[in-house]
Amino acid sequence: MVADGALALEPLVVGTILAMALVTALTKVGGFWLLRRLEVSDRLEAGLSVLPGAIVIAILGPELAAGGPAEWGAAGVVLLVMWRTENILLALCGGVGAVVVFRALV
Amino acid sequence: MSEIDGNGPAEDVRPRDTRDDSADGGREAADGDAAAVTFDREGIRAGFLTCLPVALGVGGYGIAFGMLARRAGLSVAEATLMSATVLAGAAQIVAVELWAEPIPVATVVLTTLAINLRYSLMGAALGPWLERLSPSRSYGSLVLMADENWALTMRELKSGSGRGAFLLGTGLAIWVFWVAATIVGAAAGGVIGDPARYGLDFVLAAVFVALAVDLWEGRPTLVPWLVALATAVVTAALLPGRWYILLGGLAAAAVEVVRHGR
Repeated sequence: MVADGALALEPLVVGTILAMALVTALTKVGGFWLLRRLEVSDRLEAGLSVLPGAIVIAILGPELAAGGPAEWGAAGVVLLVMWRTENILLALCGGVGAVVVFRALV
Repeated sequence: MSEIDGNGPAEDVRPRDTRDDSADGGREAADGDAAAVTFDREGIRAGFLTCLPVALGVGGYGIAFGMLARRAGLSVAEATLMSATVLAGAAQIVAVELWAEPIPVATVVLTTLAINLRYSLMGAALGPWLERLSPSRSYGSLVLMADENWALTMRELKSGSGRGAFLLGTGLAIWVFWVAATIVGAAAGGVIGDPARYGLDFVLAAVFVALAVDLWEGRPTLVPWLVALATAVVTAALLPGRWYILLGGLAAAAVEVVRHGR
């Protein structure tokens, strides 16, 4: 079943992967590391406090813009279910179910 | 979610109540919540279970990545190693698309850095809670951070539960499914087909819509969100990769810093 070379580990490939892992780990801990060492003013704190929502919107905007009526409708279903129930599992299931149905219809 | 909420409150309301009453009298709710950040097995468990449905969607991407990696010439072992150590879906998928013979190492590593810079911003957003934990716990949890479990953790900590181990629990769920799905995708190749058929490609967008509902704080949120939206949509159209996430977040934060002074 295991094809020839499935378990191969080429040194250059492994080196590239580990370099990717290193820079990724640095990005993941870097922002937090920096923030702990800065004196955070009120204004900076106000700026940082809008980050979570802003990042969510920044991820979502282009993603939905790239979609079509099926994705927009399903996003609306998630919004509605989440707003009404505050149950994330219910909202996710509703959204995924809706996108499958809407894609079949559109 | 419901079964966790079912036994959760009994565990975490008690310490929070006592500290809120004694300490800052609710003047700064965020500080009160941050002061009560815990790190225990219950938090890891809650995070892991909450993240399971989301991790299933991540698995859809993992299968796609495994197949793409094989097509790019990586072995099953190499694809698995990448998923286990890098743990960054978009960057990995782009990297194997750049893969060639000989490997363009500098391009691959720099692109990975650019796509993942947004994690610095996301990690910083978790700062108010994580800084209450020891370095090994905070940094150890951050390494397992991905878009999906960051979103769930943000939601959990903003609710004031004080479960500092939530990021680690959700991260473990993501890691297990991401690595397992990579192995399945790389080994089984074309058997599974397109994850979009089951709507699994929509899970990430759905998570973020749900999170936006949670993070909405009324009128004060409107301006920074519109700035983030406009910046991200325009940047996404102009620049390749995922710069739009970083720039959208930074633009909103910058506008808020300017507005705060008035």
